[in-house]
Amino acid sequence: MPESKVNRRNFLKIVGAATAAGTVDMVTYKAYASTNSAPNGWKGTSGVAGSSAASMANTASPPDHQWAMVIDLRSCNGCKSCTAACQKAHYLTEDQTWIDVFTMTDTIGRTYSMPRPCMQCENPPCLHVCPVHATFRTDQGVVLVNQGRCIGCRMCMAACPYQARYFNWNAGVEYPSMPIKPTPEMPVPQRLGTVGKCTFCVGNLNDGLLSECAAGCPMGSIYNGDMKTDVGVNSMGNTIKLSEFLYDNDAVTFKTSQNTHPRVWYILGHGQNLDNDDQAS
Amino acid sequence: MVVMDNKIESDQTDIVDSDADETWVNDVTESAMRSMRNKPGKAWWVAITLLGLVIVAGVIAWIYQLKHGLASAGYNDRAFWAVYIADVITFIGVSYGGAVTSAILRLTGQSWRAPLTRLAEAMALVTVIIGGTFIFPHLGRPDRFLNIVIYPNFSSPLFWDFMAILTYTVATMIFFYLPLIPDMAVVSKMLGEKKKLWQKFLYSSLSFNWLGSEKQKKALHRGLTIISLLIIPLAVSVHSVLSWAFALTSRPGWMETVFPPYFVIAALYSGTAMVVLVVAGFRKGYKLQRFITDRHFVRLGYLMVALGLVYLYLTFADLVTEGYTGITTGWIKQTVTGSYAPAFWFYVFAGELLPIFVVAFKKTRNVTGITVASVFVVISLWVKRLVIVLPAATQPLIAGAWGSYHFTWVSITITLAGVAAIPFLLMIMFRFIPLFSIEEMEEAGELGSVEQVSAHTQVLAKILAKYTGLEVTAPKASKTLTASETEGK
Repeated sequence: MPESKVNRRNFLKIVGAATAAGTVDMVTYKAYASTNSAPNGWKGTSGVAGSSAASMANTASPPDHQWAMVIDLRSCNGCKSCTAACQKAHYLTEDQTWIDVFTMTDTIGRTYSMPRPCMQCENPPCLHVCPVHATFRTDQGVVLVNQGRCIGCRMCMAACPYQARYFNWNAGVEYPSMPIKPTPEMPVPQRLGTVGKCTFCVGNLNDGLLSECAAGCPMGSIYNGDMKTDVGVNSMGNTIKLSEFLYDNDAVTFKTSQNTHPRVWYILGHGQNLDNDDQAS
Repeated sequence: MVVMDNKIESDQTDIVDSDADETWVNDVTESAMRSMRNKPGKAWWVAITLLGLVIVAGVIAWIYQLKHGLASAGYNDRAFWAVYIADVITFIGVSYGGAVTSAILRLTGQSWRAPLTRLAEAMALVTVIIGGTFIFPHLGRPDRFLNIVIYPNFSSPLFWDFMAILTYTVATMIFFYLPLIPDMAVVSKMLGEKKKLWQKFLYSSLSFNWLGSEKQKKALHRGLTIISLLIIPLAVSVHSVLSWAFALTSRPGWMETVFPPYFVIAALYSGTAMVVLVVAGFRKGYKLQRFITDRHFVRLGYLMVALGLVYLYLTFADLVTEGYTGITTGWIKQTVTGSYAPAFWFYVFAGELLPIFVVAFKKTRNVTGITVASVFVVISLWVKRLVIVLPAATQPLIAGAWGSYHFTWVSITITLAGVAAIPFLLMIMFRFIPLFSIEEMEEAGELGSVEQVSAHTQVLAKILAKYTGLEVTAPKASKTLTASETEGK
């Protein structure tokens, strides 16, 4: 995508500018949040620090951001470019679809595509069940895995309602020698016998870049967002005011009944019912 | 007071003959030590070699799996839990069955248990060790196992599992060891002064100067009662916590309140069957037909079928609750009519209906019938565990096709190694310890009445005196200990 570079730079500028004008934005947001019932009890800036785990994770940057994502299903055409971009960047096997594109059936029997990254839950079931604190949540609201500590019990895979976790069952794909050791933010190369999942490309986001999936989406369906500065950007260069965009487009989260409080929102528009726990098959 | 059934089996008619007192006790001691004294026969060596080879093959398969990852055992992202966790549950389950069966029979003073408890407790110990070991092939990074201790997350069900299994293993060791103390003393005295160093440690040290005095007996009895009481809630906790590794996730088919008792009953059911198998094996191998009779098998068979019926009921309750509203019908369909149906119906027919019929009909209600039924119970309960683990794991939580698990040579070899390790470890273990508790056999009122028990105690005391040169006071007939033991039946 030739224009995606521009957009990444855009995002950097926009986020930077928004941070500079942060106070104004926050006032606006707080006023908005108090007068409107924000979707899904969104608490905006209440980033829960991952306690001891966060300090261990080398996420030293202060929580200037609370990362989020918006996926606009109206424009998603199911091309799976997001999956490919993610797998290329993280040297994943074909089965390791950290962002997977599911073909869903709507209420009138037609199909539509739904990309599913890790939901970066505010109340992550995977985190609670990990016996060794290998899964943790950063103060930027991103759920990460420390593959240097994971014992490979796969309890998190059992607990995740979104099937968002993928194990390293075998040696994986060939990867070039990396200049730095794998980190929870950039777990490349993947380690045999440990679990992996979408990291939100939090390293990209903190550098002012789009996540690989968002940058790779030719339709601009995926927006990286920051709840603190209330901004979202997609690969088409569209910039949104996050809270208003979610409100105006009746955004929903996936499997709300699970009480996981995802930080990924979906914009519907085709009669879909995303909050459907039915195991229809 | 009389413990014998009205119908006495042919090969033990002489047991109630009080003239045969001395012979009986002599025979008890001789039979109990049969596995230790005689040089192992050809059959023993053949069996131990074959079993050893299976275990070695399992270790090789595990090394292969370590090198190539869990994919070599058939795992994938939609079948993230499969055969090894079913193995863990099955092995620890049979252990629990052995321990609790023995504990309950002890606490309720079931005197017919006497020749079975040692075998049951040894089986409980061996299988909990094997079951605990199977956590290692289950893990992706077994080398980091100690992270559970270094970075414990107290809110993780797996951490609870770890603690529960560890505690239960220690309790099982004590439960196995306590009744062994008097036997160790007997063996120690029999060996006399010309003991090798390991024999000295094993028999002299571990017998803690056991003389068989009243005071010591009382203390031992109290200790045994306490550990029998303790091991039941401990074992219940292990299986409840094991079930919570499943039930505390949001997966349809796992997130169920019925799971803890469901797992506990499954463990008891398969454990009773495993006791039958171990007892049958050692009875045949060491010709213990005189002490372990049809009667024992029939009673274990009744116990097994009663537990089996409870388990069938829980299975039904589980399916109805899950299936009725239609919220989780996908999982039910796949289990009852879909790709997991053969396994599920195998459990129903071979693991439930077959043992019921075997025990119901007089013609099949014998050693052979109940042993065959037990083989099917143990196998089908392993299959049932797979049917609990796999459908819920492989179901699509969002959309798309079901995942699937395929057995590979790695997972099969490792599982078989675990199975082979049970007889392997038991056979080696019983080279060093008596097959049943001599003390208990004599105390249990197997002989018929309090008076006779007392008589036999005196005979045993005489024998002990002969070996030890020590005067041992035999309990009087009116001793509450003996009376309560026999009263239970």
